[in-house]
This record gives sequence, C-alpha cells and structure tokens, in this order.
Amino acid sequence: MSKEKLNFGSAQSGGKAFSWGDGFAVLFVIVLLYLGARLAFNAPAEITGPDISLEPKALPWYTLLSVGRMLAAYILSLLFTMVYGRWAAYNKRAEKILMPLLDVLQSVPILSFLPIVLLGLSAVLPENMAAEIASIVLIFTSQVWNLTFAWYQSLTTIPKEYKEASNIFRLNRWMRFKNLELPFGMISLVWNSMMSWAGGWFFLMAAEIFTVGKRDFRLPGLGAYLHEAANMNNISAILWGIFALVATVVVLDQLVWNPLLAWADKFKVEMVENENPPKSWFYDLISKGKIRNWLYSKVFNPLSNKLDAFMIRRYPMKSAPAKPKAWQRGLRYVVLVVVLGGLGFLIAQAVLMMVKIPGLTWGDMGLGLLATLGRVLLSLILALAWTVPLGVYIGTNPKVSAVLQPIVQVMASVPATALFPVVLLVMIKWPSGLEMAAILLMLMGTQWYLLFNIIAGASAIPQDLKHTAELMGLSKWERWKTLILPAIFPYLITGAITASGGAWNASIVAEYQIFDGSVLKLKGIGSIISHATAEGDYPLLLASTLAMILAVVLINRLLWRKLYSLAEEKYRMEN
Amino acid sequence: MNDALLKLENVYMEYGSGARRFTAVENINLDLKSGEFAALLGPSGCGKSTLLRIVTGLQEASRGRVYYRGEPLVGVNPHAAIVFQSFALFPWLSVLENVSLALKTKGVQEPERSQKAIDLLDRVGLDGFESAYPRELSGGMRQKVGFARAMAVEPELLCLDEPFSALDVLSAESLRGELLELWVGGKIPTKAILMVSHNIEEAVLLADRVIIMDKDPGRVIADLPIDLAHPRQRKSPEFQAIVDMVYGLLAGQTRSEVEEFGVAPGEPGITRKLPSLPMSDLAGMLEHLSELPEGKADIYKLEEELATTTDHLLLLTETAELLGYASIAKGDIAITPLGQAYADASILARKEIFASRARRLPLIKWLLQMLQNAENQQLKRNVVKTALSLEFPDETAERQIDTLINWGRYGEIFEYDDKTETITLENQRYNS
Repeated sequence: MSKEKLNFGSAQSGGKAFSWGDGFAVLFVIVLLYLGARLAFNAPAEITGPDISLEPKALPWYTLLSVGRMLAAYILSLLFTMVYGRWAAYNKRAEKILMPLLDVLQSVPILSFLPIVLLGLSAVLPENMAAEIASIVLIFTSQVWNLTFAWYQSLTTIPKEYKEASNIFRLNRWMRFKNLELPFGMISLVWNSMMSWAGGWFFLMAAEIFTVGKRDFRLPGLGAYLHEAANMNNISAILWGIFALVATVVVLDQLVWNPLLAWADKFKVEMVENENPPKSWFYDLISKGKIRNWLYSKVFNPLSNKLDAFMIRRYPMKSAPAKPKAWQRGLRYVVLVVVLGGLGFLIAQAVLMMVKIPGLTWGDMGLGLLATLGRVLLSLILALAWTVPLGVYIGTNPKVSAVLQPIVQVMASVPATALFPVVLLVMIKWPSGLEMAAILLMLMGTQWYLLFNIIAGASAIPQDLKHTAELMGLSKWERWKTLILPAIFPYLITGAITASGGAWNASIVAEYQIFDGSVLKLKGIGSIISHATAEGDYPLLLASTLAMILAVVLINRLLWRKLYSLAEEKYRMEN
Repeated sequence: MNDALLKLENVYMEYGSGARRFTAVENINLDLKSGEFAALLGPSGCGKSTLLRIVTGLQEASRGRVYYRGEPLVGVNPHAAIVFQSFALFPWLSVLENVSLALKTKGVQEPERSQKAIDLLDRVGLDGFESAYPRELSGGMRQKVGFARAMAVEPELLCLDEPFSALDVLSAESLRGELLELWVGGKIPTKAILMVSHNIEEAVLLADRVIIMDKDPGRVIADLPIDLAHPRQRKSPEFQAIVDMVYGLLAGQTRSEVEEFGVAPGEPGITRKLPSLPMSDLAGMLEHLSELPEGKADIYKLEEELATTTDHLLLLTETAELLGYASIAKGDIAITPLGQAYADASILARKEIFASRARRLPLIKWLLQMLQNAENQQLKRNVVKTALSLEFPDETAERQIDTLINWGRYGEIFEYDDKTETITLENQRYNS
C-alpha cells in the first residue's frame, strides 16, 4: 500500500505546537459537545433495541443495511470535503481557523462522543431514527477528515503553471474543477476513500452494537448480528456473520476499489509511465465492454458537453475578482460578533454545567486518564513487538509478501469491534480476564495500521543499501540499527499515530462491559464515559468526554507531531 | 505600423511591507507594437518572468499602469496566450483534449471544435498523435502541443516563457525553426510575440528586438533592435557581434572593489548577494581560462566551450569577478594573477586563496563578526536567517544562508552541523 498518499494533518504546520486557531478549535468542540449533552437531558431513560434474527438468511439484508449506512456517510463525507477543503484552500483568512479545527477534530477519539451524539439525538428524534442518524454521523466523522485533508492538500499543491494555464485559457470555476482540481486530486481521493471505508467499518460495528444500562441503541446490521450471536453463544451464527463481513469487504475491494485505483492511474501527474500500474480484472472487463463504449459515446459525453457549454455560457470567467462592498464587509463583522458572542455564552454554560461535578470525581477522571494511557501504551508496545519483526520479514521478502499480503489484508479488514463480543466471551472467565480482554481489544484496533506501515517501509528499503550492508559484513543487530530501523522509522511513526488513536477509541468499548446482565468495568476514562452514559450523568459525560479529547489532542501535539517531523526530516528516503 | 499593442508605464512589482519591502521589478517603461517579436533577456532573478505575468494579467503590478490597445488592463488579458516552459499540459487529457479545452472555453462547439483542434495539431506536425497522452510524447512534441493550444485561442499577443529551455538541444533547435516559419510566414494570426529567454543566442536568432534586464532590483538596462534578415546565420560576424555586445551588457564591467562588494547587512546601501554557485564549477572555468592565450576570452564563446548555459555562465563570471579571480570589460573576461595562482594551485592551496578572498566579502565578514561575538562562537541558522530577512525576501535569505554555508565549508571558514542547524566558527588551528 502506498502510504505516502495518506495524510496526517497533525504534521501540517510543524514548528509551533499551538496556534490561536487551535484554541478556537478546542472552544468550538466544547460548544458542540455541550449542545449534545444539553439535549441529552431529555433522552428517554429506557430504549429498547430491535430484535436481531440469527438466521443466516437474514444476513444479506443486514449486510445491505450496513453497507447502506457506510455509503450514506461516505457521500456526506465527500460533499463536506469538497466544500470545506475548497474553502480552506482558497480563503486565506478562513484557512487560519478551518485547518486547526480540522486537525483538532481528527484527533478526537470518535467513540468518545458516540454517547453524546446518541443521547442527544434520541432526545429529539424517534429512537430508531436517532440511532440511524447517530451511526451515520459517527461513520462520517471517521471517514471525513483524511479525505478533507487530502483534498485541501491537493488543491494547495496544484503547480503554479497549471493554475496559470487555466487562467490564461479562461477556465471558469466549473471547468477548472472538472479539468484541473478534481483530476489532480483524484489519486489521493481514491486512496483516502479506501482508508476511510476501512476505518468506517470499525465504527459502523461499534455504532450498531452500542448498549449501555437500560438503553439499547443497537441497529439491525452486520455488527448487531455478531453482537447478538456472541450474546447467545451461537457459534455457527458467529461464523456466518464473520463470513458475511469478510465476503463484503473482499467483494467491495475487487469490484469497487481495485477498479477505481486502476482507473485513477491516468490522473497521475508524473510524466513517466508507471512500471507496474495498478491492475484490476474487473476494470479491464468493463473498460473493454461494448456497453461502456455505448454509454460513453451516446450518454456521458454528450451530457458532459451540454453541461460544460451551459456552465461556460452561464458563468463566464470573471476577469478580476469583485471587491466586497461596504455593506458586505459590515455584515461580515456583524456575523463575526454574533458568532463570537454565541460561542462565549455557550462556553460559559458548559463551564457552569461542569462546576457541579465534585472534586473527587475530577480526581477519578485524572486517574482514569492515566490508567487508560497505560493501556494504550501497553497495547502499542505489544503491537510493535510482533508487527516489527513480521512486517520487516514480509516487506523484505517479495516471495513471502506475495503469499501473506492478501491474507493479512483480509484479516485486517475484519473490524476489531465486530470481534469484541466474541473475544469477551472467551476471556471473561480467566483471572483478571477483563483487564486482559480490554488490552487485547485495544491491540486489535491498533496492530494492523502498524503492520501495514512497517511492511510498506521495509519494502521501500533500496536494494543497493541492503547489498551494501551485506558487503560490509554488518552483524544482524548492526544491520537493524543502521539500516532497517532508521528506514522504517517514518512509516512506524505514521502507523503509531493512527494506532494510538485507535486504541483510545477502543477504550470506550473495552473498559466497560455488560456480561450476563451484570456490569463489569475497569478504572479508566473510557469506562467513566460509558458509566456516565448508562447513568444519565450528563455533566460527567461532558467533562469526561472533554478530558479524553483534550488529553489525546495534547499527546498528538506534544509527542506525535514532534516525532513525525523528526521522521520526515531525518529518516525519509527521498527519490 | 505604429499601433502600440501593449504599453507599460512606470510599472513596479513589490512584495512585503514596511522595513521588509522588496522590489522585484522597478520602473518598467515598455511598449510593444503590432508586428514585433521581442525577447526579454536577463540573469536569473531579474524579474523577466514576473514582467510576462504582468503583461498577461496573471499578476497585478503593485504600481504603474498597463495598457492593452490603449485600454487599462484589468484581470487576465483575453487577447494573450502563454506557452509555458514546463508545457503545463494536463496529463489526464489527451493531446486533442488539451487543445480542445482551450477552444471549448471560447465557446466553439462540436464538431467544429475537434476539426479545428486537429487542424492546429496538423500545423505543428502532430497528426497521428491526437489520442496520445502527453506522457507518451517527447519533450519537443509536448511543447508542440503547447504551441497548438496557445494558437487555438488565436491570441493577438503570444507570450513565450522560456519555451525551449526544458527541451534537448536538437528538438529546441528544430522547434525554433518551426516557430520562425509560422511567424515570419504570417501563418498565424498573432500580432506580436513576447518571449522570455535565458539564452542570448536564441534571442538574437529569433527576435527583432532584445530587451535586456538586470537584477537587484529587476530593471530594463537596454533595448536593442536586431535588424538582421531571416534566416540568420549563427556563425556570421554580424550575428556574433550582436551576441558579444549583449553579453557585454549582461556581464557588466568590473568596477572598484567598494562598488563590487556592496555593504554588510544592516548598513546603509545595498547588500550584495553571494552568487549561489558551488566552488568546483568555478575552478573548471578558471582552468580553462588559464590555458587560453593571454588568459582572455570573449564571454559568449565560453558558453559553447564550457558547454554551459547563459544563466550559469553569467553566474560563473560574476563569482570570478567578485572573488578577484577575473576582470570583465566589454564582454571579455581576463584572468587575474590571483586567478592564475588559484588555477595552478593544489586543492588545499586553492582553499586558502579562496578563504583569504572570501573573508573580505562584506556578507562573510559580517557573519564572522557575529560568530566571534556569539557564545561558543556558534549561531543557530534561524538567528542568521532573521538577521538576513531584513535585507532579503525569505526565499532569497534561505538561499543566501545555503551559499554562505557552502562557501564557508569550502574555505574552512566555518562549520555547519545539519542536525542541530548551527554554524560554528572553524577552529583557528586548522587554518594556520
């Protein structure tokens, strides 16, 4: 997988760890959460979930529902991306707020605000609709940020000559979007869409199986099927569910993503032919088909020509941008003042809500953060312990890679959240089984990112460096120290950033479990959030969610961003 | 014909504000008449590309007026087209689609659009390649598409931004011939051509008029008509005389040391930039000069003898002059006794000669003084950059530091640690 196409916004601006835009972004997040918690006060105390059928013949319908949710969230993500990315890329003033906001939003552990979104929505909407919308919102937030970053980044890196050419040949906004911006960003958009879908499955499963206390927010779908199967201890249903999931992922990969990648190859900017271009049997099949040719020459091309002609007539390129009039500028100030005033008021309200929390509980939250941090680190270390040796082994042995890569990809495609119930079923009986299960669940959410990145890093080590190391007769340890570790370091960091985010996320589901009707919980911030959700303690829910978000943002800025820029500057192998 | 197509009056291009205000081009007055083919020549960084962007309306001048056919130019000039150095063809569009796109935005409908695009491609000799993608073509063919696309909009003013400099020697030469054929033969509806070039021979070969610019700040220093009839012979004495004269104008004259050196940053007056040139290149030129009779050469001849480009050659002569290795007058360069000594010296002795000369340059003197006063005789790169950014725009300041470090390392004047980004005064023991 070519990881260089991924975007990690946390490393965008480098230099200073914080800017005033960050402060604004954090305030904005506080206000959003406060509004959710405020709404949640009216949430029904008891919510009954749907009945989930364990018949295998129910699976196609459940699969369709799950894929539908993913698709809805993905379309929403694309729309958001186009608008937000463009706005940030072309408006220098807006960019100063929009980009830090995006950066803070993307480092927020998504599951941490699932309870707030669910409760808030269930207060204003019918229960099943609330759960549907919440799941789509949740998947949206897991898919959208990297897409938006990718789009913003490609818009801001369009070479100057292309922009000048499109100016001098008078391409209006529409023609520029169609002929320059979209093609230029296409490869990066396709790659990031694939990543987004992979991440989306994880959260879809989590949203489908969310139950706390007497509130059952489950949705009919693949995730709920697996959850119910594990609850019922129905092994054959578990196997059917996992089969349906893997099959769906494989089918999407073969029929959607691979063809898209093969198609998008023509959008690369490099002026040389690709030595091994991405291939897809399905793409080859349809691109040669008569139906496709007929569609193109009789439908798509004429339609696109008509649309272009209309757009060119209707919106001719303006020679000079219009300067805003006095009243427009005045209006801008009024809007700004109203927004800032509203923000200030809501922040004050949020603070008022949280001051009611006793000091002792704040102490608990601090300890909880540390406990969860410990689990996150432990799971990261465990993940590194097996992914580094295996990843380097796979990455440096093309033959092994050819066999193991597909297997690893299928295994990784099974979202860890889908397996939570199954894992718990086995481990709960062991001594301190809950603690071990929690760490294992967090590990399952983190390891694949690391493994893929390490494989990519190891396979990118140039052959001549490997030969040199051999000729110099370096010992195994020296070879690791001088060649392998530095070479995979940037990839390792990229993987670890995503992995630690995944582990924080998983803590919410992993630290608080209902098993056989009784509540099992660990000390940890994730467990506090789940507990507050179950008890309907909204001030605590707000405070603990905020605490987790702030902790993660801080760690990102103070640790990961530094390591990332170190990796980029020192250990990136160019050319 | 005396209808001025284009007129520039007191045009300035400035960046930044306050103490950090930098001038890219200064007080440009220029007019271009119908039927003229003018070339803009000058060293890199003289603002010739900026001027081209002002003329086409891609950039707005910060001061002064630009008229097109007597009307003030607002926004992108609808009567101009550009052929870009890097071609700027959309890689995802086929050759035909690239050309059609320019026609489409003009409102030309199918089927005339494709017909016209194919016609244009035929005219530049690309028939048969309509469905190819740019990446399948050679550089020369790509630029032909660039020309076809520019001509598709039937521009009155055709702007060429170093159109041949990314091409190999042979395709550049044949494409120049083809352009001239189209232009002189009146086969294109274009009224005037403005070409930015960094190649003196190319400009003299093609243009009726050569406008010469100099840098720091960018300004026009000469405007020469070229009256030779086409086709011009590169080897003819008249042709070579003009090339020689242009080199004379561009390479300047060796002046007194005070004028050559400029002043240190922070002092009143102009701080002269160090030419960004690796020292090994310079040794090559000096060795070549030292072997010539009397150690003298026509600068324009050196371009071919050293197999280099005008830009690079001008940088070489400027550096040699600055370090006192050579003197320049009227387009001739002569090696000095110091330069001769340098050319004959061993590698280590060369470093010493260089160091003793370089220490006298105001910019290096200034940095040395700062280092001596600094704690541990060390300075962070950032500190130097901040000090320099009062004199130069950010990018230039970065490049100046790179050159300072490169020169300092070569002359063993100071060290630089890339990890910690610190410049350290070289221990005196090494030098004595």
